Order: sequence, then structure tokens, then C-alpha cells
Amino acid sequence: MDLTLKVWRQKNREDKGGLETYKVTGISENSSFLEMLDVMNEHLIMEGTEPVAFDHDCREGICGSCSLYINGEAHGPDRKVTTCQLHMRMFEDGETIYVEPWRSASMPVVKDLIVDRSSFERIQQSGGFVSVNTSGNTQDANALPIPKMNADKAFDVAACIGCGACVATCKNSSAMLFVAAKVSQFAYLPQGQLERKQRVLNMVEQMDKEGFGNCTNTGACEVECPKSISIEYIAKMNREYLSASITSEN
Amino acid sequence: MSVLDSKIPEGSLKDKWTNHKNKIDLVNPANKRNIDIIVVGTGLAGGSAAASLAEMGYNVKTFCYQDSPRRAHSIAAQGGINAAKNYQNDGDSVYRLFYDTVKGGDYRSREANVHRLAEVSGNIIDQCVAQGVPFGRDYGGLLDNRSFGGVLVSRTFYAKGQTGQQLLLGAYSALNRQIAKGKVTMYNRHEMVELVKVDGKARGIIARNLETGELERHSAHAVVIASGGYGNVFFLSTNAMGSNATAAWKIHKKGAYFANPCYTQIHPTCIPRSGDHQSKLTLMSESLRNDGRIWVPKNLEDVLAIREGRLKPTDLQEEQRDYYLERKYPAFGNLVPRDVASRAAKERCDSGFGVNETGEAVYLDFSTAIKRYGKQEAAIARMENPNEEDILNLGEAVIEAKYGNLFQMYEKIVAENPYKTPMMIYPAVHYTMGGVWVDYNLMTSIEGCYCIGEANFSDHGANRLGASALMQGLADGYFVLPYTIGDYLSNEIRTGKISTETPEFEEAEKDVSERIEKLMNIKGTKSVDYFHKLLGKAMWEYVGMSRNEEGLKKAMSEIKQIRTNFWNDVRIPGDKNSLNSELVKAGRVADFLELGELFAKDALYRNESCGGHFREESVEEDGLQKGEAKRNDTDYAYVAAWEYTGEPSDAVMHKEELEFNDIELKQRSYK
Ligand code: SF4
Ligand code: FES
Repeated sequence: MDLTLKVWRQKNREDKGGLETYKVTGISENSSFLEMLDVMNEHLIMEGTEPVAFDHDCREGICGSCSLYINGEAHGPDRKVTTCQLHMRMFEDGETIYVEPWRSASMPVVKDLIVDRSSFERIQQSGGFVSVNTSGNTQDANALPIPKMNADKAFDVAACIGCGACVATCKNSSAMLFVAAKVSQFAYLPQGQLERKQRVLNMVEQMDKEGFGNCTNTGACEVECPKSISIEYIAKMNREYLSASITSEN
Repeated sequence: MSVLDSKIPEGSLKDKWTNHKNKIDLVNPANKRNIDIIVVGTGLAGGSAAASLAEMGYNVKTFCYQDSPRRAHSIAAQGGINAAKNYQNDGDSVYRLFYDTVKGGDYRSREANVHRLAEVSGNIIDQCVAQGVPFGRDYGGLLDNRSFGGVLVSRTFYAKGQTGQQLLLGAYSALNRQIAKGKVTMYNRHEMVELVKVDGKARGIIARNLETGELERHSAHAVVIASGGYGNVFFLSTNAMGSNATAAWKIHKKGAYFANPCYTQIHPTCIPRSGDHQSKLTLMSESLRNDGRIWVPKNLEDVLAIREGRLKPTDLQEEQRDYYLERKYPAFGNLVPRDVASRAAKERCDSGFGVNETGEAVYLDFSTAIKRYGKQEAAIARMENPNEEDILNLGEAVIEAKYGNLFQMYEKIVAENPYKTPMMIYPAVHYTMGGVWVDYNLMTSIEGCYCIGEANFSDHGANRLGASALMQGLADGYFVLPYTIGDYLSNEIRTGKISTETPEFEEAEKDVSERIEKLMNIKGTKSVDYFHKLLGKAMWEYVGMSRNEEGLKKAMSEIKQIRTNFWNDVRIPGDKNSLNSELVKAGRVADFLELGELFAKDALYRNESCGGHFREESVEEDGLQKGEAKRNDTDYAYVAAWEYTGEPSDAVMHKEELEFNDIELKQRSYK
């Protein structure tokens, strides 16, 4: 396959950045999107140009590093996959492809296609845990049965990889799907009950502080989420938040 | 050659850990506040260690090269985590887990370490459940288990095919709690590039900020390396693109011995390479072998017809297929251990029976299982005379419930429907059992420098059992290191804050910046990947699934040559004071180019076949086992710990003799 790529180049956080055009030829349709970028970069290096920087690591859809906005879609045209799982057979020979970073004021561009997602880190630090120490004397794992249905639901939301596609795709730059996933995971489990109210209050507060927008129920996030996290969890988080606000003591 | 002191405590095997723990000096809480610890790496081992040490009151600084600690490659582990809970009442016990691990490691691991691992395995599950890790459960709400990797009990806990992810997110949440409290300072997008020693003790590191290129000095009373394995020395592996050996290699060059580098696990069920563009390989969980049957065509004509697209695998009748594992190993069939399955696939493909274009693929076929499950389900549903289609649909539903995410992943990559046509698989480098030598306390041969998780060598011997990597990472991080490190730190309470304005830090930083300068100034004609691929090719060809003297010697000289060429001809665009992915890669590949040579040297010196290390010179000559791996306990029941002396080829071997007091050494048989 021969392709024309319009790629976002930006030297650093301060630089304004812009699109550059590159041509790649002889790409196998069995190669992944990132492998296609590898080929492009190899050419750039040989030409003495700096290769395009992008985040990636596991290349199997689980680490959440890769984060490209391809032809106007987070993680590109395929569904339920991350950028690294996207394959070139999804594109036409001769096509022009736009490759850009996530766009959100709360996730500024660091360089080229790499963004700063530390806002997600701070949200997790504000409450995405159960306060239990490592002691070796925790109660036996089977002492507390958990209905399979709850355990399965907790798993479904815990599958979030923290990629940020939900934010990138949302016209309001809302991080609700990401936050809802973590809040819901603990809300379904008995271990999460003690801190349930404080958790949702803290995490939502931090999310607002980071400048993420509000959710207006467009549903775009669930379409692009590579882990199929449903927006019904946003509704669940809203209920959690409401009940915590009403009953919390401060 | 010196004798290595592994510091294994006295007493009977089952009391060693308890006694040792009771005797370890404690550091009082007020003093812990004045002690700093550096942890490099945030996978299961590093993440859990950093969180636990901070909970205990130490000041922890943690480093990872990713933009978040949650992205460390432990996240990609699929299958599960072992623990001797005996929840299924099938006779499991600490002793059995210990026994299976030592036997699985082909009697090349340290008994006392493995027993401790089995002892704490149950605590890990308790801890993770308490953190909110959503393990798979049965309808009664209790934890479910599966059997894994050919063992006879069901002791593997799992969270669908994403167990590593869920366990890592558990450790990450514990870490986040400590970051929020200010007990852990997290340095994302940072790479450790040098160890700093003062008076023989590890006192800090030089880290490079990968976004700005800045070199930073960080001091501590102890340094913990938890940077994972070195499988990427093969270029293609199931490791993440960024997985590297740099931290481990830097401490090696500063005096930490490197043990058994040749012990590598080559996993039999990975998605085959589709062409030269390939950047990494994807593993398919071993659990697939519970239901899949592995075969290649019996006749070479059929192989050719398939490669050329004239014939489909489903066109071949039973008698035209060679289920070679079932044929060669009737007792274990498709469930033989990983190394045996991998070598058998290589043997068939080397003989010309590989079924894809590259000639490196065998089939993993679910049609028998689909029919079997379909009939079962039809009977359960009391269907009378179900037709073929009903049976297939029912069977596929069962397979989907078990392996749905893996089948989907396969389909996305290969663009074939594995419910309708057999999967193609081929072995790939997956895990490295070798690593930095540590004593019973997990301290390396540098005082105050520890190594945990896959980065160390201690628990898996020559071969690792399925679902044991996660167990070891978390055992080291949650339950072993936080105790054993006290033994050393109790002597550090009077040390006080360690200054970074000393000649030692100065010099270490200067070395690093000169190395970077040197790399940037080569301005050669080839990319970093070019050299990495050459290295990988030499490794795979001569130091891969089967090894011999001639090949290993060749590998050593070839790798040396590639290294020389690299240092003369690599091209790194951009500058050093910014985010420069090529520069980062170059530093890592430079280390792999040294490690690869030591790897080959170790394989050369170990003239026996054991676990994942297969020497063609050491096979059974006759009888039922003819052609199978032959271990040599008389001459090789030791750990080879290599000391760096300037060139990898000049490394000096120190032996730790392995003693087996509680286990009888047996030759493996899967016939
Ligand atoms: S909710 Fe989905 S899209 Fe958002 S961060 Fe998690 S996995 Fe990515
Ligand atoms: S690189 Fe890990 S999810 Fe894409």
C-alpha cells in the first residue's frame, strides 16, 4: 500500500506545531498502524530528520500508552481496539491519513503525538484505591463471598486502560467515563464500601480541578472506548455522587 | 573463583523463612522517616515494593520510563497467578506448589527461595482481594480457580485473560495512596542510567528525564531494581517495546553478578510473524492448549498447497494431519511443558512443515473441542437429534465464554476467524528466568542494592511454570523485600541524609553525559533498529530454542562485531536535551549488545540441557527418551553468576552450588 500521511509535528510544549506531509510506500496490509509509522520513521531517520514521537509500549492493547487521533477518530476507524491493534487493512491503498495527538486542555501535547496524561494520575491518587496496608494478615480471600454478578461488573469497569480516548473524543473534553469506571469498580465490591462516599467526592473534585469538561451525554466516549466501557456507568457515578453529596457530613 | 554466600538461613526448609523473619533487625518508625529508598520500575514487583515500603514509613522515590506506573509490562500478563490456597480441595499445599516449581524449573532454582515463595503465595491473594482486585468467581461468590501449565491441581486465580492488568492496577492503587500521602515521590518518564556507589555501597542513581533530557542525581540508603526481564535482546519478543535491561545491566557493570543469563522461556503459543515489518510478537494464553489440538499436515505436498492457497486446513481429513505432540508425548499430549512444545514446533517447521508463508507456524485447532462441548451442551439442553449446525453453535459459545477475548485479539491481528479455521501459532521469546544474582535477602552482590521480580534470577530455575511470574513479582514486592531490607537498613539509621554533591555522584553523572555525547556524535548511517534487528537475528539463530557449541561461539563473535559496528555507525537524529526516542533506544540497545554476548557465553559454558536451555550435545541417546533433553546434575547443578570485568567475553564465573535436601532430583518425562 502507498499512503500519504498528514502528521502533527510539535517540537515541545511551547511550540505551536502543525501538520507535515509524508509519503510511505510498500506497506503490507497485515502490518499494524504503529508498524507503518515505524517504517515512516525509519525513512525519516535515513533522511536525517527527527522521527515522529508517539507513545506506545505493549503493542497489544493493554498498557494504554498508544493514543493517536486518526482521521478524526480516537484510535482510528476500527472499533473496540487501541491504536496499536489497528491494522492497515482498515485503510485503502492511496489514502491520505491524518494523524494527530489527543486534544484536550487537560492533556497538553508534550511533543509531536505525545500528550501529558498526568491529570489522570492525580485523579487516581485522589481516591482510586482501598485503604488497606500490606500486612500478611488480611482476612482470608474467601471469607467474604461476592456475588458473581457484582464481581463480573467490577471486572468489566476495571478493564479500563487509562488511555484517554474518552476525553479525546468528547467535544466537552469530559473525563467522566474514565472516572466512572474506577468509582464503579469499588462501588460494586464490598471492599470499596467504607470509603465509597469520600472516594466519589474526591475523585470528582479532582477531575473538575484538572479542568475536564462536563458530560452532556453525547455518548461519543463509549463508541471510542477500546475496552467497551458503557456510559451507563456515568449514570451510576452520578447517582453515587448525588447520594454522597446529600449524606456526607461536611 | 569465590564462593557465593547465598545467606540461606539455618533450620528445616519449612521453618527457614519464619525464623529468619523473626530474627531480622527492625528499624523503628522514627528512624524509617529518615531513610530513603529508590525503586526502579513499577511493575508488579516494583509497584508493590514501593507501596509496601512507603506504608512501613520509609521515604520512597520510584522511577518508570512510561508516562504512568500503571503501564509497566506486568499489565500484559494474561493467564493467572498461582497460590497454594487449596480452595478446590484437590490436595494442594505449600509443599506441592514448592515441589512443582522446583521440578518445573528443572532443578536449577534455590530450594529455600522457592519454598518461601510458596509460603507467601496465599497472602498475595488475600492482599489483592482486599485491594479490590476483581478475580473470577463462581456462582457461590467464591474465588474460582483453573488448572494451568500441566499441573495436577487447580491453583491458578485469574481475572479473565487480564490477570496481570488487574493485579498491577491493585499495586498501582496502593502506590497511588502513598503518592497522595507524600510517602512516595513518583518520577514518570524517567530512566535510570547509572548506579552510584559510595564506599562500596549503593547510594543512589543517575536518572535521565526522558522529556527534557536532563540528568538528575538521586540519593538513597538503598536501591531496588525491579526493571523486569531482558527478552528484548532477541528484538522480537512478547515484551513491550520499551522493556529493557539497562538498569540491571548498569548495576552488573558496577559489581552485581548476573546469573544464568541463558535461561530463557520461549512460549509455544504466540501469533506467528507475518513479515519483516513486525515489531513485536503477541502471546496467546497457554490456557488455549487445554482445548486446542496442535498439528501440521502429514504430507509435504499438502503443506505447499496450503502455503500457496490452493488448499485450506479444514479440507484435510484426520488421517492427513500429524498431531505431533499427541504422537510423541502420549501421556501429556498438547499439555507438555512450554519448552517441550516449543521445540517440537520448531522441529516440525525446520523439517519443512510450517504452514504459513514464512514457514514458521503450526495449527492450533479447536474443532474437536467445539464439537465435544456442543454435544455436551445439546445433551444438557435435552435437545433431540440436534443437527450439526446447532452443535457447532453451542460449542462455539462455550469456547467463546472461555477464550473470547483471545479469539477476538487473534482475529484482529490475523484477519481470520479462529472459530472456523484453526489458529496459527509459533513459539516466541517470552520470559527470562536468568537475571541479577541475589542472596536470600534479595540483595545483589553490591551492598544495599536489591533486585526483585523478573529482573532477578532466583525462583524459577531453568524454566518457569505458567502463572508463577505474577506470584513471584508480588511475593518479592509485598512480602519478602519489605522484611529483608530491614536487615540492612537497621545499620543505616545513623547515616543521615546522603548528599548528591559528592565526587561519586559527580563522576557517575559525567560518565553518563559522556556516553550520551559519544552516541550522539557517531552520526553514522544506520538506525538503532537496524542493529537491534541484527542482534535479534543472531540471538534467535544461535542462542534460541536449540543451541550448540559451534553456533554459540559464532554468536559471541557476531554480537561483538555488531556491537563494534553500532558504536561506529549508528545514527541518532535530534538532540540530547529533549524528548528523543531514538537516543533512549540507542542506550538500551547498547546494553543489549553486551548482554547478548554474555548470554551466549553462559549458554556455551552450560553443556547440558535443562529447562528452557537445550544443548544439542546433551540429549538422551536411546530408549523411550531418545532425542529428549538430558540434564547433567553431576556437573551442572549450580548457578552461574558472572562478574563483569570489562568485556562480556571476559566475564568471570562464580558458582553457587545448588543443594536439594527436600527433593529428589528426577529426569523429566512426558512420554
Ligand atoms: S474509559 Fe475507555 S477510553 Fe476512557 S481511558 Fe478507560 S479505556 Fe480509555
Ligand atoms: S501500545 Fe499498549 S495499548 Fe497500545
